[in-house]
Amino acid sequence: MAVSLKVNGAIRSVPAEPDTPLLYVLRNDLELNAAKFGCGAAQCGACTVLVNGQPVRSCVTSIDQLNGAEITTLEGLGTIDKPHALQRAFIGEQAAQCGYCINGMIMAAKALLDAKPHPSEAEVREALAGNLCRCGTHGRIIRAVLHAASEMGRT
Amino acid sequence: MNASLSRRDFAKGLGGIVLAFSLDPALAQPGKPLPGSLATNKMLDAWIRINADGTATVFTGKVELGQGILTALAQIAAEELDLPLSRVAMISGDTGRTPNEGVTSGSQSIEYSGTALRLAAAEARALLLELAAAKLQVDASQLRVTDGIISAANGRSIAYAELAAAVDLHREATANVKPKPAGAHKVVGLPVERFDIPGKVTGKAAYVQDLRLPGMVHGRVVRPPRYGSTLASVDETKVRAIPGVIAVVRDGSFLGVIAEREEQAVKARIALTEAARWTLGPELPDPAHIFEHLKALPAKVEVIGTKQSPVDASARVIEASYTKPYMAHASIGPSAAVAQFNDGKLTVWTHSQGVFPLRAEIVKTLKLQAGDVRCVHHEGSGCYGHNGADDVGLDAALLARAVPGKPVRLQWMRDDEFAWEPYGPAMAMQAKASLNGEGRIVDWNYELWSNTHSTRPQSTTGANVLAAWYLAEPQQMGPPTSPPQPAGGGDRNAIPLYDFPSQRVVHHFIQDMPLRVSALRTLGAYANVFALESFMDELALAAGADPVAFRLAHLKDPRGRAAIEKAAQLAGWTPDQKSDGAHGRGIGFAKYKNLACYVAVVADVEVDRASGRVSVLRAFAAADAGLVINPDGLTNQLEGGIIQSTSWTLHEEVKFDRQGILSRDWSNYPILTMPEVPKVEVALINRPDERALGSGEASQGPMVAAIANAFANATGRRIRDLPFHPARVKATLA
Ligand code: FES
Ligand code: FES
Repeated sequence: MAVSLKVNGAIRSVPAEPDTPLLYVLRNDLELNAAKFGCGAAQCGACTVLVNGQPVRSCVTSIDQLNGAEITTLEGLGTIDKPHALQRAFIGEQAAQCGYCINGMIMAAKALLDAKPHPSEAEVREALAGNLCRCGTHGRIIRAVLHAASEMGRT
Repeated sequence: MNASLSRRDFAKGLGGIVLAFSLDPALAQPGKPLPGSLATNKMLDAWIRINADGTATVFTGKVELGQGILTALAQIAAEELDLPLSRVAMISGDTGRTPNEGVTSGSQSIEYSGTALRLAAAEARALLLELAAAKLQVDASQLRVTDGIISAANGRSIAYAELAAAVDLHREATANVKPKPAGAHKVVGLPVERFDIPGKVTGKAAYVQDLRLPGMVHGRVVRPPRYGSTLASVDETKVRAIPGVIAVVRDGSFLGVIAEREEQAVKARIALTEAARWTLGPELPDPAHIFEHLKALPAKVEVIGTKQSPVDASARVIEASYTKPYMAHASIGPSAAVAQFNDGKLTVWTHSQGVFPLRAEIVKTLKLQAGDVRCVHHEGSGCYGHNGADDVGLDAALLARAVPGKPVRLQWMRDDEFAWEPYGPAMAMQAKASLNGEGRIVDWNYELWSNTHSTRPQSTTGANVLAAWYLAEPQQMGPPTSPPQPAGGGDRNAIPLYDFPSQRVVHHFIQDMPLRVSALRTLGAYANVFALESFMDELALAAGADPVAFRLAHLKDPRGRAAIEKAAQLAGWTPDQKSDGAHGRGIGFAKYKNLACYVAVVADVEVDRASGRVSVLRAFAAADAGLVINPDGLTNQLEGGIIQSTSWTLHEEVKFDRQGILSRDWSNYPILTMPEVPKVEVALINRPDERALGSGEASQGPMVAAIANAFANATGRRIRDLPFHPARVKATLA
């Protein structure tokens, strides 16, 4: 059984059952590494991607719900050579220890900045409340998001 | 003279990495082992190879755990080789290729691996110069090296690339070539961005979870309902009928499944869980009486830190007891591994902190030869000590054995990690002190009860990996061990740094382990500093003294005093701070392991009496870590520890009942979330003449005490049992 999905602008056909969580399709069929398995239960945010611009937990989103939807992953934001302002800010702030949570942090921040280009620190914290980090990188993550926001405001 | 690396514990992945060396390094000395890890891995080409394209490949037995170690070690090698960082490639933690440097832990990587690499690289460069001198027919001392090009004064030059084939590094290191002095450093000492971060923020393959090998299949395991259970029967028919299932693997009470696709393996695991019938292992202790239970178990009793002098019989005696629950490492990504058997040879890709110890346990458990097993490090999610990393490596190997030739990737599910990882042990602490008429502590008695804080692989007997205990031919768990004082294990930081005329500290090292336990950051220090520093505040209250003044009155160590004074000053501490019933302020202090970084923290809390919620608003920390090399990195290490400690203190406790572990996902093991993270301010006390001290685990103890004391200051009531969750807060305030 094949299902077709639009990921980072390209239509991709994947040989998976319709009830397959998007996360496994992204990671295994499309070889996109960024979204991570953390809990499989919508509790941690490591697997966050954007669906039509909204942050979604790909571990609990089956692919049959995504017909015609625009799916964006961290890979779709930018690359090492052409990073998105958020990616650049996370590198600039060195905002990662192990980095396992960072995909979710950036994707949730992307959705926030799209809706609210100049958030306060409290709004950044609130927007990332559902994304867990175990390494204690929170302070740097908040700084990176605020930095990216001011950067994006300038260009 | 010792290896004198001034910055052995550098920025733990926070900020640019800067390292530098304060003094001349130790060279080889007659009759002494070679410095650093050269002592156990002597061949130069075990550390460094020069390639035909003029690049260098550098090997280390230490591994990246998100602390930025590989970037730092590359800086060291590039510096001594006079190569740009971009031409140095790192190979780490591979039993087939790298030196054996045991486990990566305890902030010792720069000291051991860094020293070895520094001396090996200096020697490799000298050998290259020797060859160049012969070819260019000049004296080696006349040569200069820039970016891998060796040039003579007469304008002739030769590149490392041209010498690569001729230079013979397959020889024992002499450690006689002096590395560069700090003043000549060009790469070391620079704030270099970590190599791994750009890939991690753009979705490049960075973790073992991202490894995809040709023909790879997916595994999942099914663990019993609780410790020590045995598999009575399993009806595999339904499981085998699930599309994509390749094999159900059973060895004794080890049970797993392999499928073509990952989601198929996840479905099959659910079916296999339902199909398995277990003979249950012993019940767990009653959590309501866990500390009585632990205290009644057989223990080795050790008396440490005794001081004697007569105690005034009229002194007031004050007593208090404290507890710390079992806590989880709770890595964000569950542990994972990939394993493959080919012609009887096994390869395991793993995020273990020690690929050689893991290999030793796999060899023993699967009855293989060491030469037939290779463990290769790939990063995983942060581990904070001994989590499920090694266990999942053996699990993957057991699955791969059933499908020879096929690589099997296995990531534990969330509940595998929570329910089966080795926890930081529960601890009980009891303190009793005597105050004389002048409000001075004249006698101090402290007892603690704890399990071991290390059951890591490679144990002396048996095997310390989970599945080994459940096989048809099982291994036993190795005997519990505890590092001796002054660093200590459960008794880490149990001896007060304060100057009491009379004291006695007793470590009850409990031997039986009703819950699985091992190393979690700080070992016993978090619990001991919580108890010791809470009790100091209780005594200050009894003596009618200000907590800061009371500490200073009992402490001679000038660096400790300076840290306390600095934190108080930073926070604007004033004696007799009156609380409005909701807001409070407290201080905590320790010198980590009694031999590393001094940290004092003042915390401000807000207590919501209605909901029982405690919020930590701010923390002001002062730290003396000796010579400061990278203030930004050091600040952030301390900040990370403060945030982690806030999470442990407010939320964390492994829940269980007599039937088994109940903490199986983030809803029953909550951790600190982004809105709850305190604002942290850190002041560093630079001691240019003192050795640089490790600081990655130094702030957790002072922070828990600061929160506890701030709570007592806010409410007039004291909580002596961790964590400070709403139900306990409400009960305390009722
Ligand atoms: S993995 Fe999806 S929310 Fe945790
Ligand atoms: S950086 Fe490791 S979990 Fe956030």
